[in-house]
Amino acid sequence: MSGTDWRNLAISAALLGLAALLPVYGSPYWLTMGTTMAMFVVLATSWALFSGPTHYISLATAAFFGIGTFVTGLGFQSLPFWVLPPLAAIIGAVLAALVGLVTLRLSGVYFVIFTLGLAEMVRQVVTWVQNQTGHRGMYVLTSITEREIYWMLVGLGALVFLAGWLIGRSRLGFALRIIGNDETVAKHAGIDTALAKVALFMVPGAVAAATGAILAPRYIYIEPATAFAPLLSFQVVIMALLGGTGRLWGPIAGVIPFSLLWEAITRQAPNQTLLLLGIAFLVIVYLLPGGFVGLWDRFRRRFGGRS
Amino acid sequence: MFILITGLLLGGTYALIALGLNLQYGVARIMNLANGEMLVAGGFAAFWLYTAGQINPVAALIVIAPVAFVVNWLVYRFMLQPLVKRAKSRGALEVDSILATFGMSFAFVGIMTWAFGGGYFNYAFLAQPLEMFGSSYAQNRVVAFVLAVVIGGALWLWLTYSRVGLNLRAVAVNPASASLVGVDVRRASALAFALGGAVTATGGALVSMFFTLDASVGVLFTMKALIIIIMGGVGDIRGTIVAAVILGIAETAVARLVDPGLTLAAAYLLFLLVLLFKPAGLFGKARG
Amino acid sequence: MSRIVLQVRNVTKRFGGLVAVHDVSFDVTEHSVMGLIGPNGSGKSTMINMISGSFAPTAGSIRLEGHELAGKPAHKVARLGVGRTFQLVRLLPELSVLDNVIAGAAFGHRRRWGAEAKAHALTLIERLGLSAVMGMPVSALTYIDTKRVELARALAGDPEVLLLDEWLAGLNPTELGTGIALIRSLRDEGRTIILVEHVMDAIRSLCDRCVVMSSGTKIAEGTPAEVLSDPEVIRAYLGDDDA
Repeated sequence: MSGTDWRNLAISAALLGLAALLPVYGSPYWLTMGTTMAMFVVLATSWALFSGPTHYISLATAAFFGIGTFVTGLGFQSLPFWVLPPLAAIIGAVLAALVGLVTLRLSGVYFVIFTLGLAEMVRQVVTWVQNQTGHRGMYVLTSITEREIYWMLVGLGALVFLAGWLIGRSRLGFALRIIGNDETVAKHAGIDTALAKVALFMVPGAVAAATGAILAPRYIYIEPATAFAPLLSFQVVIMALLGGTGRLWGPIAGVIPFSLLWEAITRQAPNQTLLLLGIAFLVIVYLLPGGFVGLWDRFRRRFGGRS
Repeated sequence: MFILITGLLLGGTYALIALGLNLQYGVARIMNLANGEMLVAGGFAAFWLYTAGQINPVAALIVIAPVAFVVNWLVYRFMLQPLVKRAKSRGALEVDSILATFGMSFAFVGIMTWAFGGGYFNYAFLAQPLEMFGSSYAQNRVVAFVLAVVIGGALWLWLTYSRVGLNLRAVAVNPASASLVGVDVRRASALAFALGGAVTATGGALVSMFFTLDASVGVLFTMKALIIIIMGGVGDIRGTIVAAVILGIAETAVARLVDPGLTLAAAYLLFLLVLLFKPAGLFGKARG
Repeated sequence: MSRIVLQVRNVTKRFGGLVAVHDVSFDVTEHSVMGLIGPNGSGKSTMINMISGSFAPTAGSIRLEGHELAGKPAHKVARLGVGRTFQLVRLLPELSVLDNVIAGAAFGHRRRWGAEAKAHALTLIERLGLSAVMGMPVSALTYIDTKRVELARALAGDPEVLLLDEWLAGLNPTELGTGIALIRSLRDEGRTIILVEHVMDAIRSLCDRCVVMSSGTKIAEGTPAEVLSDPEVIRAYLGDDDA
């Protein structure tokens, strides 16, 4: 590990410590806001681990998240809570592997489309199953406080960053960057591209499911319509792309401003939230293709220093 | 039998909608996720012309189609062509066009909701039953089907036998080679995109006769159109039609025999099966 | 007596109704340069693509050191020991020159990673005359330098057989001289190379043996002098041929 690595590690640890202190010093409003942001940081960063290097835009986040909430909804009465997020992670990973095996062999476009409908499809199936068995939504009544949820998210976030750092230095991470550049070259260089993609796709799948499991107590009432709402997928994509997927810390740079903006719009003009989503996508495509990270890189290159 | 015919009627109309997207993706290489919104716009225009102006939807097509053509042409020229120019690879263009059209679709829904409210709209036109093959079917569905066949057929003939149609098909197969033989690929793409939008809006006007639409339902239609063209093989008109009919019948069957709430899941299952066993589509050959 | 490294036997490729390659067989011996030549449309590139695993032959077998290649996906073929360059140079635009070369080393026939991979890549970069441009972004390289980077990448995995798909195409006379010398030095080092080429000078000066294809079939095989004076070959290139 180089000097820069140690420095980055120290900075990250310090920031993590600061983040963990929020519930102690912040107001309840900021705790709620912070929990939402922490959720998005975890989701967006893990999303970017896969979709960043490969340029495969995954819209499946809501599907995995919803499944995670259902794991808690179904399991919290019979299992200790600390078991539920890891359990959800495993289920999410398996599902991601299945989805990946089917769709990642094909082009990126088919992948996007399939993930677009995945949440809807899972929702329809779960609703149908619920109708057949007579159960409707589930109440998740636990003694988990918002603070604890926040800290769990911060912990999960730390794991995601650690995983991202390790993957970035690993052969798998390198393979995925090559795949994202030119998949034909990747294949002819000896990379099993299908396997590499599936392996990495399991990470955001597992993380999103674990996140859903952690957040279920906050929602209190879990039902398919809200658990699998596609909106979550879109928000995650926008935040990650807005921040930029070129760096591990990129998505955070998108989460913070966008969450604040979203919060403001939801309060002032709640009918305009979809319009905001649309404008955000357009901004990303036309003005900020590399996100804020891309902007930062261009700025640094222009004003001296090596890139 | 009833399922078959209803499914066929539905599928025929779906085919028209999917043809629109097929032109946009197959020729212009734009995966237009705002396609469903163009359909809703067409439906809404028909609704408005019928309720406010007493113009029946079929006649309204004379207005709707050209307007949609112009709007789509403008969208391609000013919003999508810059992406085509700056895309370093076909994959990059696909990602960019997905995100951009996604943005447009949300913006569109947002504007529609804001301007017209989130309410549903439908109207009754030719809702009387028609007796055929022992069961009754809504006249409007039959009319929609007939028109879809006529318009689709005309489109197919034009694409197959006219010079411009040949150019479009050449671009769909291989833009680089097409430009080498003198086809203006940019103009052809713009034309295809605009034409595709017009066809979709026409489809929207037709389905508005028997579907209840609202500002947000576009995405469902986009997904169905996507599933159809992928199942049928991108750029393949015959495949699109067959896939559309299969989807129409499958949807109707599931809605009647199992549960209307599972139609999208059924469509997805079909999609999955095709992807697993024939990823280039039912008739597809791998594209170069 | 030289060993046979690659054995192509009765390979046929059909695309729908079109027969691109018909019943072609040849052997490639170790430490030699085999030229695969013929007029446009003769099936040479299709042949190369089948050897590298881009697609599978419709019939026939391709054996590398005893391992069957036919039908295996490209990444398996690469790991078994086939390295290649492409007709249109394909570099990885977002990666540095060094990383482009390491890309060939990390997953290939002889896998290297970390410091070992970096050292190996630097050796190759120096060997191919790229040290001066190593720090430049890939998009700023001259045409011949991009070809060198791609060649370095193909060599980085220590392939048993190197496939060069019209590697000398598009070079000006000076660059061509440099390029031919480079490939000759690779041959002298002991590499086994299959060269798909149109440039006659290169064929004469580099190839130990040639296989001539026309309209999908092999019409001649032998030393360059032999095949280039073969009337069939001359007819295929110049005469009343249907290629």
